[in-house]
Amino acid sequence: MRITQGTFSFLPDFTDQQIHEQVQYCIDNGWAVSIEYTDDPHPRNTYWEMWGHPMFDNPDAAAVVFELNECRKVYGSYYIRIIAFDSSPGWESIRLSFIVNRPSKEPGFRLNRTETKGRNIQYSMSPYSSDNPQGSRYK
Amino acid sequence: MEKELEETKPNSKLAQVNLKEEFESSGVDQILSELDDTLIGLKPVKTRIRETASLLLVDKAREKMGLMTESPTLHMSFSGNPGTGKTTVALKIADLLFRLGYVRKGHLVTVTRDDLVGQYIGHTAPKTKEVLKKAMGGVLFIDEAYYLYRPENERDYGQEAIEILLQVMENNRDDLVVVLAGYKDRMDKFFESNPGFRSRIAHHINFPDYSNDELLEIGEIMISDMNYKLNEKSREAFAEYIKLRRKQPHFANARSIRNAIDRIRLRQANRVFKTSKGPINSDVLSIIDEVDVRKSRVFSGGIDS
Ligand SMILES: Nc1ncnc2c1ncn2[C@@H]1O[C@H](COP(=O)(O)OP(=O)(O)OP(=O)(O)O)[C@@H](O)[C@H]1O
Ligand SMILES: [Mg+2]
Repeated sequence: MRITQGTFSFLPDFTDQQIHEQVQYCIDNGWAVSIEYTDDPHPRNTYWEMWGHPMFDNPDAAAVVFELNECRKVYGSYYIRIIAFDSSPGWESIRLSFIVNRPSKEPGFRLNRTETKGRNIQYSMSPYSSDNPQGSRYK
Repeated sequence: MEKELEETKPNSKLAQVNLKEEFESSGVDQILSELDDTLIGLKPVKTRIRETASLLLVDKAREKMGLMTESPTLHMSFSGNPGTGKTTVALKIADLLFRLGYVRKGHLVTVTRDDLVGQYIGHTAPKTKEVLKKAMGGVLFIDEAYYLYRPENERDYGQEAIEILLQVMENNRDDLVVVLAGYKDRMDKFFESNPGFRSRIAHHINFPDYSNDELLEIGEIMISDMNYKLNEKSREAFAEYIKLRRKQPHFANARSIRNAIDRIRLRQANRVFKTSKGPINSDVLSIIDEVDVRKSRVFSGGIDS
């Protein structure tokens, strides 16, 4: 099941050239761009691991694509996303976030039904991949 | 719209290009004449840059007609003594490459060994990469590049920085241009022991020392840029100063001239302050007198920095 989240989520995955252009748009707007990765695709997993530092002072998007490829060398089988922060309101707010790398196989989610008081049913979901411990979920 | 689509298609071909038009619309001409006007002397450097600019312009035209397969190597090395205008020219080169469409942003990032090489294990790679990322889209200028290589110390981290540099110079050729600079003999030795660099650098440009006349001309431009004036006597004295200063140690061409002018201004200010009584006009404030020059230590056998 192909995970979708963030901006452009219904478009096909971007090429590096397209990533470059989107990131350049962010930089030209003065937003700080960072790279994050995770192997937990649960939609409530908001805080992913950060790759390096947020990039404040690189005028050209090639710098971000370069780091993205460094990140892929280590976490090529994980989800990787790019996030752009805007600090102009006086706090950091996310302007844009999109997935730039995903595992080759995305097994999807299990629907859990839990019977509670009065025969009520509580639903939850968990990624099949998180049956395995962190770090050994995607090959 | 149609034209844009045309340009983004990698294999699209044009049947004709107009080199003259490209030359004029790119603004390259303007930079080249700026280079001619603002920099005194440096004939061989200017010629090389002109040649390189035409080559790149033709390459772009070839690319548009589908005749190019690979982007050209643009990394350069500038060798020459201190104060011969290497940094100044690098700035122009960045602008030039930007106008020609070979770098996307055209900024110049100037670094030396300390900005690239770390103090402890694991410090160097991130430091070098940070600098490289900052320079992407522009030109990275590495001054006194040979300090990166210290063969006498086996465990020197400079080697690590060199390896990352070489990798990025090769793999990210479209993202940044690297200019290595330093004194001629030491640069030659550096390239001898680092063949990787030599083969990645397409343009070696040599910066000759300035003649005394050129230095005088440079000095006069600097002086008038600061809204000062020489008179006949002080010009003569300044010419003599240049002759003497050149023979002294630590002579740094145009930079020595700039430093000398700073000290001359100091002496001029002191003189004006001590001798003036009552109101003075702008001439008094801007004319450099013979004594302001001749009081320099250089005339009495001393050494100026
Ligand atoms: N041809 C020239 N005409 C006018 N000014 C010049 C010329 N060459 C150099 N200068 C001036 O001399 C000063 C020193 O030049 P620059 O910093 O470019 O030298 P450099 O070769 O980079 O020296 P270093 O090797 O010591 O770094 C600058 O202030 C520059 O403006
Ligand atoms: Mg310099």
